[in-house]
Amino acid sequence: MLAEKALELVRQQHRCIEGALGPFNEDGIRQVLEEMRALFEQNQRDTSATVAGEAGLFSSIQLRHTALERNKRCVLAYLNSRLEHIGQMRWEFGSVLPADVKYNLCEEEVQWFNNYNRMLANYMRAIGDTGGLDLTQDMKPPKSLYIEVRCKVDHGEFETQDGDIIVLKKNSQHFLLRSECEHLIRQGILEHIVNRM
Amino acid sequence: MAEVDMFHEEGGDEEDVVMTAAEVLEKLEEAWLNEKFSPELLEGRMDLVDCMLDQLAAMENNLRMARKGDLKISLHRMEVDRIRFIVSSYLRLRLEKVEKYTSHVLEKEEQKKDNEEPLMSDAERQFARKFLECKKNHFGALALKHMPPNMQSAEKELAGVAPKLNSYVFLRVNENTANVLIEEDTVDTGEEIIDLEKGDQHILRYKPIASLVNSGAVSLI
Repeated sequence: MLAEKALELVRQQHRCIEGALGPFNEDGIRQVLEEMRALFEQNQRDTSATVAGEAGLFSSIQLRHTALERNKRCVLAYLNSRLEHIGQMRWEFGSVLPADVKYNLCEEEVQWFNNYNRMLANYMRAIGDTGGLDLTQDMKPPKSLYIEVRCKVDHGEFETQDGDIIVLKKNSQHFLLRSECEHLIRQGILEHIVNRM
Repeated sequence: MAEVDMFHEEGGDEEDVVMTAAEVLEKLEEAWLNEKFSPELLEGRMDLVDCMLDQLAAMENNLRMARKGDLKISLHRMEVDRIRFIVSSYLRLRLEKVEKYTSHVLEKEEQKKDNEEPLMSDAERQFARKFLECKKNHFGALALKHMPPNMQSAEKELAGVAPKLNSYVFLRVNENTANVLIEEDTVDTGEEIIDLEKGDQHILRYKPIASLVNSGAVSLI
């Protein structure tokens, strides 16, 4: 069926929209592009035949053209959705991608991540008159100044704002300034302990 | 809190409006909520953001000078954190819309006349342009350049991503506004006009009241 491969791409992307990003389906894209090329060639043949005087080819040209447009739309939707996903990861993981995520991206997408990273950094530096604001901090409304955290891995020494040095050892618990350890929580080094009443 | 000077430009005439920091914060909170609930990108209130960031820097400086262990410090620091969250969240919301509707907001900005308030700050505009350029390059390299010659442009697809202006919003009325056209005259139904009274709350389609949100006559909640 026409445009089936393209639909499969969209479906595939739709399935992983909430979870992790799947590998870049280069083969799928190539197949769609091949189908498009075939459709386009057929259409060109039929168009010249019509010009030469043959009648009754209009509807098939129309159909192929619609299939072409649909294929294009699906491919772009697939690429775009992945770009959005990759942009989102900049906010979650910071400026360096974990290796297992990077493995699933194609070269251009890694490039996109780096570009996005640079754009965002430039933008954040330009906020205000006093050297910018890190928008990736303060992601959740602050409820209290200090929070209780538990270490999930051996991280080593950590210097707090007051100049105290604490050792973050696996399974140790600390009472820290939320603003200081927010990024460590996001990296998965610390875990926020929420007391359930 | 200390008084701060705000330079407010209106219609080319420069006029000084003196606002206290508390008032600026109140305005910023309103702008933040409006941005949060409106489907489209609103005019940026970078004057408020810049002013609040200056205040934050001053407050943080004061905190560093203060005596250790004072109870007031933690209260103040909490306040600083809260304000910074609002500022960051406001800018994040705007950036999210810029990323989503890049082509649309850039076009809208271009249609604005010179004497109108800009939609985006310089930094946001720069971000939007670069973002669009990179996206086009990405599409081009991976797909478009392999497509038939008459299909190699993605302008139509990119411009097609526009905010849903007909979605419904909750709003509270700040100023009495009479004769607001809510529904155009159509064959099936007559036109619908309502008066908005101060303090009223409504659920309405966003599009007819979009200008009132920008002018501050209503707030989205």
